[in-house]
Amino acid sequence: MSIHPILSALRRHKTGTILIALQIALTLAIVCNALFIIRTQFEQMGRPTGLDEHNLLMVATTQSGINSDTDAGKATLDASIKADLTVLRQLPDVVDAYETNSLPLSNNTWGLGIRMMPSGPYGSHTTYFHADEHTLKTLGLRLVAGRNFRSDEIGEDDNFVGILQPAVIIVSRHLADNLFPHGDALGKPVYFTNATQPSTIIGIVERMQTSSTRSGTDNMTWNTTLVPLRLVTPSRHYVVRTRPGRLAAAMRSVPEALYAQDPQRVIPDGTGGDEAGVRSFAQIRAEAYQGDRTLAMLMGVISIILLVVTGSGIAGLSSFWVGQRRRQIGVRRALGATRSDIVRYFLVENALISASGVIVGILLTFEFNGWLMGRFELTRLSTLYVLIGVVMLLLLSQGAALAPALRAARIAPVEAIRSS
Amino acid sequence: MLQHYLQLGFRSLRRNPVLTALMVLTIGFGVASSMTTYTVFRAMSGDPIPWKSDKLFFPQIDAWGPNPRRKGTEPRDTMTYIDAVSLMRDHRAHLQSALYPIAPTVHSDDPTQKSRTAPGQAVSSEFFPMLDVPFLYGGGWTAADDARHAQVAVISKSLNQRLFEGANSVGQSVQLDGHSYRVSGVLDDWHPQPKFYGLTITDAFGPADQVFLPFTTATDAQLATRRWFSCINLPGPGYAAILNSSCVWIGYIAELDTPSQVSAYRNYLDGYAQDQRASGRFGWAPNNRLRDFSEWLDFEHVVSPQTRISFVVALCLLLVCMVNTVGLLLAKFLRRSGEIGVRRALGASRHAIAAQFGVEAGTIGVAGGVLGLMLTWLGIHVMHGSLPREIAALVHIDLLLLWQTLLLAVVATVLAGLYPIWRAMYVRPSLQLKED
Repeated sequence: MSIHPILSALRRHKTGTILIALQIALTLAIVCNALFIIRTQFEQMGRPTGLDEHNLLMVATTQSGINSDTDAGKATLDASIKADLTVLRQLPDVVDAYETNSLPLSNNTWGLGIRMMPSGPYGSHTTYFHADEHTLKTLGLRLVAGRNFRSDEIGEDDNFVGILQPAVIIVSRHLADNLFPHGDALGKPVYFTNATQPSTIIGIVERMQTSSTRSGTDNMTWNTTLVPLRLVTPSRHYVVRTRPGRLAAAMRSVPEALYAQDPQRVIPDGTGGDEAGVRSFAQIRAEAYQGDRTLAMLMGVISIILLVVTGSGIAGLSSFWVGQRRRQIGVRRALGATRSDIVRYFLVENALISASGVIVGILLTFEFNGWLMGRFELTRLSTLYVLIGVVMLLLLSQGAALAPALRAARIAPVEAIRSS
Repeated sequence: MLQHYLQLGFRSLRRNPVLTALMVLTIGFGVASSMTTYTVFRAMSGDPIPWKSDKLFFPQIDAWGPNPRRKGTEPRDTMTYIDAVSLMRDHRAHLQSALYPIAPTVHSDDPTQKSRTAPGQAVSSEFFPMLDVPFLYGGGWTAADDARHAQVAVISKSLNQRLFEGANSVGQSVQLDGHSYRVSGVLDDWHPQPKFYGLTITDAFGPADQVFLPFTTATDAQLATRRWFSCINLPGPGYAAILNSSCVWIGYIAELDTPSQVSAYRNYLDGYAQDQRASGRFGWAPNNRLRDFSEWLDFEHVVSPQTRISFVVALCLLLVCMVNTVGLLLAKFLRRSGEIGVRRALGASRHAIAAQFGVEAGTIGVAGGVLGLMLTWLGIHVMHGSLPREIAALVHIDLLLLWQTLLLAVVATVLAGLYPIWRAMYVRPSLQLKED
């Protein structure tokens, strides 16, 4: 079958042809980018933190009116933290617990620079978490080298900002490889911002995510350090691992036990974010990725609407053309064209239009992606998505043209002599 | 005549219901997705103080200088304590306030009541007149109170309700972090969103502030900031060391009423940075900013990137819907070439044809708009379940949005109809008659 007659027929309804091609081009550009955004969001949301996230909860509490700048205040707070932890660890619902400043995904970032020499250039940076000998067990972190902290290594940190120089630290494998690419990080000393004393890496955990989900780089996402320090300040967090199936019960019994220790303390009783004093890790994760989930949902809905609109638009215009050319179709049928010839004619016509639309669309897709990259810190679109989009649109377009083409095939040869 | 065209339009719309339905659906979905994402965008980019926002400015001073650990040359959005106090002392703006978010614990005299953290701000006395903060009882404290670090507080209506059961509590005392403060005023309902004054350090859509203390008093009481604290070099132990450090954590707002005041303030900031350089504190040329209200909201990314992307992509969807409508209207109008030819031959002017089809397009637009409204309502309903609670509370349909949706639908359809109408106008009468 020759394409020539199709081309000359297309020349006779230029506007419709251009409109369909344009619509396919725009749809391709939007759907490819939307699919890519959805994939990016799901990839982010699907990253494991490295924690055993089940049966984990965090409590925020404040004991005000105690000045941690004075020795007496510090002693009061320290005694109170130790008493709280003893009580929590003895609760029937609880497996283990520790005190800290923050947790992965909790959007509360405490970070430091790291150097190899006391006043040398910065080798990297890290998010740090206060920890003790119970932390690995509570969080379910997997130690891949070295050892856990010992209870006699846990010091005090009485300042929410200040120089940190613990003698020993445990780091994530990502940070270890980042600092020591030859894989020999264990036992090596490093120096935190402004520190003069070294901190020796005594343990490496397989994986531990930082507090922020909005991190542009891998280092911002995976460079984490556990420091063996008790945070002796009025505001702090307890992280609790509950027995399997006892999470809901522990979310009530844990704050009750803490109030029993000090009725004047504050545990916020709101439902979300900072206003929620007691949060399960599932809730922390859901809140951290809420925006990403909503964006993925919107992109999905918009893509579906777009494909339906474009498909029905193509079907509408194709059937208009069939209606316009009833007499010509009748003539061709009378001259011996089979039904499948007619169907093929309309499908090839549609394929030609979609192909030109797709070619323009590929250019538009990368243009749009470039614009989004500049404005929203998206990464470059992979060609795979463009390929998926192209196949999807070509199929959609052929599918939309199929029904009008079949209708055209049913036109009887007698139409040739019937007046419209 | 319009009535006649409307009748013709409706009859024609009924004649090929599938094509009509396709167009109405296309416009409806296109408009609804744009309007749904727009309501979220509108909620987040709101101006809670429209009568004054053009006079509010947010100075930034580069206290860190060029540093390999920083990206770009933008100064931080918060200041050091040293710079904030210097700017307050120099007092070059009409009204100004340094501020930082605090979260003191409110103790109740009633032992059965639990203590609670009250989100709030440490501000200067000029904060209240500068932002036209409404008072239910009393008022802000005085400049003299600032100067003598007085133990005074302004509390919110809700905190007053909890502590004093809504009675006029001016002159009474509240216990915050174990210290006693005299209430100088009780706010009326006041919860600007985005919370532009605290953006540097608090969430833009967080809960309303419940307690305000003098900046000078708050730092005396060693109240810590509730939010970000950034340091290029870490201070030694103790609160005093933090105040003297190069750590940045304090926000600043100035009211500047005229362009000449703005440029004078810019010069002042540069002069200040020069002085710091001369005294050896800064080792770099002045690198200050004085952003206005909208520049500041933009700089602080108040509207989340996800919201922006959604809005942009939804607008692109509307564009495709319009292209689609052009094609469908063209098909619909040109299918009636015979009818047009007869009307033209019988003496109808091109204008009459244009009016007839314009009315028809408009009718489709209105129908699409009504469908769009229903879908927008549905969309907003779904969004409520998937947005953070504080933002969801701001996303709603109002009368303005109703009109905007209908208008958008009609304008989009008529725009899409321009080319098909033009083609219909130029259908040649003679040709059609000959063919039939």
